[in-house]
Amino acid sequence: MTALFKFPGGVHPPDHKAESNTTPIRDLPLLPRYVVPLSQHLGKPAEPCVSVGERVLGGQMIGAPKPGVSAAIHAPTSGRVSAIEARPIAHPSGLNAPCIVIDSDGEDACITTPPPAHEDRETQLTRLRNMGLAGLGGAVFPTHIKLAPGSDEHWPLLILNGAECEPWITCDDRLMREHADAILDGAHLIQNLIGAAQILVGVEDNKPEAIAALRSAANTASQSNISICPVPTLYPMGGGKQLTYALTGRTTPSGGRTTDVGVQVFNVGTAYALQHAIRHGEPLTRRIVTVTGAVKNPGNYAVRIGTPISALIAAAGGRTPNAYGTLIGGPMMGFDLASDEAPVSKMVNCILVKDNQNFPPPAPALPCIRCGACARACPVSLQPFEMHWYARAHDFGKAQSFKLFDCIECGCCDHVCPSHIPLVSFFRYAKSEIWAREQEKDAADRARVRHEFRSFRLEREKMEKAAKHAAAAKPKTEVATAPAAVPDADPEAARKKAILAAAMARAAEARKEITPKNTEGLPEDKVREISEIESRRASLLQSVHDSIVKEEEEESSPAQKESP
Amino acid sequence: MTELRSAPHERLGVSVESIMLNVVLALLPIALFSIWLYGLSALALLITSVVVCLATERVFNRLSGQSSTLSDWSAMITGILLALVLPPSFPLWMTAVAAVVAMGLGKILFGGLGMNVFNPALVGRAFVQAAFPSAIATWVPSYAPNRFHEFIPTTLTQPLMIPPDITAWVKAVSADAFTGATPLAMWKFQHQLTAPEDLILGIATASVGETSAMLILVCGLYLALRGMLDWRIPVGMMGSAVILASAFHLYNPDFFPPPVFVLLSGGLMLGAMFMATDMATSPVTPLAVWTYAILIGVVTVLIRYFGGLSEGVMYAILFGNALAPLLDRSLPTRVFGRRKPWRVGS
Repeated sequence: MTALFKFPGGVHPPDHKAESNTTPIRDLPLLPRYVVPLSQHLGKPAEPCVSVGERVLGGQMIGAPKPGVSAAIHAPTSGRVSAIEARPIAHPSGLNAPCIVIDSDGEDACITTPPPAHEDRETQLTRLRNMGLAGLGGAVFPTHIKLAPGSDEHWPLLILNGAECEPWITCDDRLMREHADAILDGAHLIQNLIGAAQILVGVEDNKPEAIAALRSAANTASQSNISICPVPTLYPMGGGKQLTYALTGRTTPSGGRTTDVGVQVFNVGTAYALQHAIRHGEPLTRRIVTVTGAVKNPGNYAVRIGTPISALIAAAGGRTPNAYGTLIGGPMMGFDLASDEAPVSKMVNCILVKDNQNFPPPAPALPCIRCGACARACPVSLQPFEMHWYARAHDFGKAQSFKLFDCIECGCCDHVCPSHIPLVSFFRYAKSEIWAREQEKDAADRARVRHEFRSFRLEREKMEKAAKHAAAAKPKTEVATAPAAVPDADPEAARKKAILAAAMARAAEARKEITPKNTEGLPEDKVREISEIESRRASLLQSVHDSIVKEEEEESSPAQKESP
Repeated sequence: MTELRSAPHERLGVSVESIMLNVVLALLPIALFSIWLYGLSALALLITSVVVCLATERVFNRLSGQSSTLSDWSAMITGILLALVLPPSFPLWMTAVAAVVAMGLGKILFGGLGMNVFNPALVGRAFVQAAFPSAIATWVPSYAPNRFHEFIPTTLTQPLMIPPDITAWVKAVSADAFTGATPLAMWKFQHQLTAPEDLILGIATASVGETSAMLILVCGLYLALRGMLDWRIPVGMMGSAVILASAFHLYNPDFFPPPVFVLLSGGLMLGAMFMATDMATSPVTPLAVWTYAILIGVVTVLIRYFGGLSEGVMYAILFGNALAPLLDRSLPTRVFGRRKPWRVGS
């Protein structure tokens, strides 16, 4: 048994697990149509590799991963591709996004790829890349990337995240109860892939059945390096950094990942999917989804990716009469679904139908009374009321100085605020404003460099024209020798380069002059920080400048040819 | 079309109104006890203070075109607290002045609920302390025989008039030798100590609500147990006052009073429980809260022992209020995942 550590803050919202965790996971009958979004994971969307009208088999790759952070997508059943077009998807924006629509043929014929007896690590990783695995806890980060440590990295500890701290959601709970063996087998596969020495499985202590199931599975597997660790029920225990701290006492540095402290975290659902991918050669085409809240028969369903959410709600008995909206995810971090026609994607762990009893309309916000409840609830020890104050006043610099970007948007502050201030919305707003301003500033920097170069170029062209006129005014005898006098390309280029260099030096000089003067009298560490930032900026500007110079030269060279 | 809202979608259900209402409930026993002690005058004082506070807020709401903010109960709290820190004999028209200043200058000019820097009730009290120094130092005995039938003569002083001399009235209503001084003043100027049991039960001369230390403690405890009062503030404030007073007492037991007297006398208990704990005017980060509380305790004792006034709680708390934002910024919490306590830049 490992010692436990208490991360700061946290809240105890009513857990509402009992509504949906008493019945076994159910299957959904085959549907006539599935809509598979191309972007179901963090990073770049998949690239469609089928065309409209093509027949596909269940488990066939229909979208290939792009290079970098991306994951494959697969057909949930056999049928025909009837469209590749923008459709409503489960996304906070409520916007449509490209999807592959598959009309099923009812045969449910699947590609079966029997697993090879022996496979080395590299082939296993490549295969996983094509299996479409992504973190099923909700972040949907492509799994194969998390399995390949960099050469200088070593992750001695693997944590399986079965905390499931969000209220209402029970898909991991049911999965752990019913498939503990497969989860632990998946954990061992991950362990071998990343070379971890030990596995900890963190489960909140409001899931005693899941803990018991995992324990008995761990006993029969007779593996000594795996421990099932009940952790206190405290939202947001399921945050990777929070769970890592609770289990190991290791604090993930701000802006870093848990791998910085030698820990890799996987959701139990991901471990289960990975086990299926390696042992049975099955790509990720299904996941467990909790359907709960204001539906007649709440429960958990094994759902094919691409199933319309309306069909899932219908399978759960439909909405109760006083239902008014649908959340994707839990009540703390989930988002409102714009259209029920959106399909289940890899990130959809819960469909929570709202009603007025459990989700009354929010009370109007009152002024902050500085009660400090938000600061006490914050799992990152921030001062939400101060950040809110400055975000509200559009003083984003000050908001940032209160470490706005350490905010994990867990919603604890919002949850406890007696003034009902939508704090998290303020923080999201402030963050996006800051990002937008940084982009604007980059664009402005680019434009300034471009303008400087343009004025320099116009000046140069004027001078050249003047020189040419002067040359034309000279005696005709010299014109006779003109072919010889025409300067060849090399000296001309050299002269251009010299003028360019001079202009750049002038520009640099001008920039130096407008260096802000408010850095005097600051402590040494501040000055150092500023100079670091300035040097970063300078190198960025330089690269922007270089690229523009190149562009300009390419642009102006054909013009040069035409002008004589 | 579904209305889209941002997470979180579930709320705890604690509201500003419920917090404020609980503070009002916790103050009611103290107010009732003071009516029992001082009769009609205390009742009139409480009513005047509350009504004028509410009216001032409402008028300012009108002027600024806001909808009424009376429903958040905070003006009610200011009204009750202001009455509790005034002497029972305080003329009603002066009380009204104090209430207008408390709400107008102490709260609304800063922007209303949550924006005020100083505790509004104490701003009102400080104003009349300076404006009417004689009226605010006029004390009457509790348990006057006719207290439920007649007012203390000064209570009904006509507006803008100086209150009448009540020495004769005091002599008539008090059986034994009533000195007309608070326990703190008696210690400071006449070097007489009041018995602790009188202080605990609230029989000693005092402001309307600064009477029974025990009752105040119980009411404060109720709020602390409901999580609507930061227990660190009364603990830090009373603890530091007692420790400092003990040190002085050990140094010179003949001159400096025993610490229990310091703890139970004057407004320390009421101030620690209900004034210094005002959320809007006290700091938030743990280190800042402790510093704030300890500072107020220390300054209270220093004013009482070495200042010109016999009581120092009010100015100590106002001093703490002024420092609260600075304390919050200079003693921040350590953000999870950051090595050193971070400092607010620029």
